[in-house]
Amino acid sequence: MSNSGRIWKLGDNIDTDVLAPGRYMKFGIEEIASHCLEALLPDFASTVQPGDVIVAGRNFGAGSSREQAPQALKHLGVAAVLAPSFAGLFYRNALNLGLPVLVCEAAPTIADNLPCSVDFETGTVKAGGQTYRCEPIPGFLLAMLRDGGLLPHLEKKLAAERTLERKPA
Amino acid sequence: MRNSSSIPQTLAQKIVACAAGRESVAPGEIVTCKVDLAMFHDSSGPRRLQPMLERLGAKVWDANKVVLITDHYVPANDDDSRKIIRIARDWARDNQIKNFYDSVGICHVVLPQKGHLKPGMFAVGGDSHSPTGGAFGAYMFGIGATEMLGVVVTGEIWLKVPQTILMRWNGRLSAGVTAKDLMLFLCGKFGLDGGQYQAVEFAGEAIAALDMQERMTITNMSAELGAQTGLIAPDETTAAYLRQAGAQDFDIAAWQGDADAPLLATHEFDAATLSPQIAAPHSPANAAAVGDYNERIDIAYIGACTGAKLTDLRAAAQVLRGKKIAQGTELLVGPASKQDQDEAQADGTLQALVDAGAKILPTSCGACAGYGDYRFGENINVISSTARNFKGRMGAASSRVFLGSPYSVAAAAVQGRICDPRDLLGK
Ligand code: SF4
Repeated sequence: MSNSGRIWKLGDNIDTDVLAPGRYMKFGIEEIASHCLEALLPDFASTVQPGDVIVAGRNFGAGSSREQAPQALKHLGVAAVLAPSFAGLFYRNALNLGLPVLVCEAAPTIADNLPCSVDFETGTVKAGGQTYRCEPIPGFLLAMLRDGGLLPHLEKKLAAERTLERKPA
Repeated sequence: MRNSSSIPQTLAQKIVACAAGRESVAPGEIVTCKVDLAMFHDSSGPRRLQPMLERLGAKVWDANKVVLITDHYVPANDDDSRKIIRIARDWARDNQIKNFYDSVGICHVVLPQKGHLKPGMFAVGGDSHSPTGGAFGAYMFGIGATEMLGVVVTGEIWLKVPQTILMRWNGRLSAGVTAKDLMLFLCGKFGLDGGQYQAVEFAGEAIAALDMQERMTITNMSAELGAQTGLIAPDETTAAYLRQAGAQDFDIAAWQGDADAPLLATHEFDAATLSPQIAAPHSPANAAAVGDYNERIDIAYIGACTGAKLTDLRAAAQVLRGKKIAQGTELLVGPASKQDQDEAQADGTLQALVDAGAKILPTSCGACAGYGDYRFGENINVISSTARNFKGRMGAASSRVFLGSPYSVAAAAVQGRICDPRDLLGK
């Protein structure tokens, strides 16, 4: 599961209010996503390309439980977020929505704007001729991520249970 | 609760173990827990859950364990907001949610007021300030809407058993210094990820001396510390509150951590030496003693689950009684719940605020997250009793929001500048 795109560098403590501003929360994800990160990078939403990767500092996703924060990034085609640490709530939300989030100690040392590719299965990132290793995503969460997030994962599970119920033992 | 053979465990571990159907759990283990209570509001709840439930063809696992509270888009001021509130009402009716509290206050404050929280509960909330429930000795944490869907369908959730960071506050907070100052101080000291998404437990004489609403401010802002949950072991103060709120069959003695349970860290503080704290824009972690500030203030805001409960309103009234707010300054007060507002009305607190020049806003999230009518304009200075001052959260990206206790907000409204509220108390 590899992508290729360019890197967007961000700092520490990027919060959910800047990822999904409250004033747009009453709207659908399309509208919210078009304002993603605008207080920091006004051009981000209009220029980010599918496959691009966010490389950030510590505690990415601090703040609210609003899952529109990772959802907006996913909607814009962001392939993965790399950071030395994530806010716990954001981390759970991102995986639930099928957005790969990778704990990468070396993230702050990676330069902006480089072309890069990420393989979340193996936790490997290639950028600027270097390879970086990320902490592996726990197995059961990886399974959910492969299904595209918690909703399709549950859908699959419930469908399997229903099939079992229909078959007499 | 602990038999002689069992290993010592923290309060957090004991609650998680019970929810996981186990005798004990070890930090770092991943376990599946049964959820005792799932709370959500109009923004994170039905409008997001219902389409997913339909897609799965699934139903609510246990309507009695769900609590729905409308607070974010209250009062609905446009068609989009009205639609969101309508969806919540319809959903409550269609799913027979009897624990539905419509427009009577902010979820984290209404939940315990209605007697839903008890020590030892394992609870989730569709909101990041859900650790507020930890003030009652419940393990409560925030989750997003998709994860809430998982809970609503299965009644279960996975958890990495947390380690516990103990914050022990010895001595007593001095007059004019509050739980809010204590939490801003900790945010300043440890940063927004100081809690490492573990459990943070608060203890010591200063915590024991706090009333329940002050304790709620402590656990509420555990979210700003980056903890998964904040906990305060229940005691007689907890029991008295619970009895009044109509909670039944609760146990205080069972839900205490073992003294010899291993901790991730213990930090000790002297509450008596803490001065009022103010966090500068744009992070609660930019906290420093009030004496470092002298900024002019355009709007003083007393609001949110964090800073507009009855205790907070009374603190503000202590400063404002018999005074007027400074010319050119606006003082906005959005009581955290209808119950708090009614009690503040009955004991003269609200009148003292109004007489000083406060404008009373509806009991809802209001300006806290920039959802409602009261968004702050360009280039203004605001002091707020809420929990977060991230750039652009409460209004224009150019507005500058300082965070402080209700005392500090009230004092700034009177002086038109940030100042030490202790200088105005009793004068
Ligand atoms: S008052 Fe503010 S912090 Fe509390 S639940 Fe509402 S938006 Fe969140």
